[in-house]
Amino acid sequence: MEKLNIEIVDTIDTSNVYAKLSHAHSGGICVFIGAVREFTANEEVVALEFETYKAMALKEMHKIAEEAVKKWNLNSVVIEHAVGAKKIEEPVVIVGASSAHRPECFDACRYLIDTLKERVPIWKKEMFKNKEVWVSAHP
Amino acid sequence: MNVLFFGIARDIVGASELTISDLIKNPTVNDLKEYLIAKYSDFSKLTSFAVAVNSEYAKDNVPLERNDEIAIIPPVSGG
Repeated sequence: MEKLNIEIVDTIDTSNVYAKLSHAHSGGICVFIGAVREFTANEEVVALEFETYKAMALKEMHKIAEEAVKKWNLNSVVIEHAVGAKKIEEPVVIVGASSAHRPECFDACRYLIDTLKERVPIWKKEMFKNKEVWVSAHP
Repeated sequence: MNVLFFGIARDIVGASELTISDLIKNPTVNDLKEYLIAKYSDFSKLTSFAVAVNSEYAKDNVPLERNDEIAIIPPVSGG
């Protein structure tokens, strides 16, 4: 039976992801972690600030997880995203999938993060030394 | 009706929630979008923006009911 681990958290704990994904029927586990990068287009980022529409974000994350379970026959899925101010090198998102063999969990993991970035109502503001920019807001 | 604003949409209207009482009768998602663009021109500068009704993305022709939870979703940028 699959299990979905879907959460919006203040701080991502990367240490317990294996426990959430390990499964007797899984021979492969794939995890992606997104972190705060210091430079955007050669400009130094001081921090990132994330906010969310939590009820809707959780609903969309559940839908994405269920789509992935169905498509790749996953045994377990993790989707966690952090909110609030995050500094350089801090993890902000973790997604993972576990399946019988590795091709499925690799493909599922990419789908989870790519689709999260397209659909889940979470917004990122880049804080530079002299300005703040909502990412992707303007063409 | 009450409308929630997030991210840059909140910055544009200057509030995280507004009560809008001067929309046309029996409004749709598209009517709300046009109302916001007419009232706050900065909405037209965005890459796009969506409307969520009861925490689901809603198409332009969806009617808005008084008790719906309505939210303005500017371009998302999680991850």
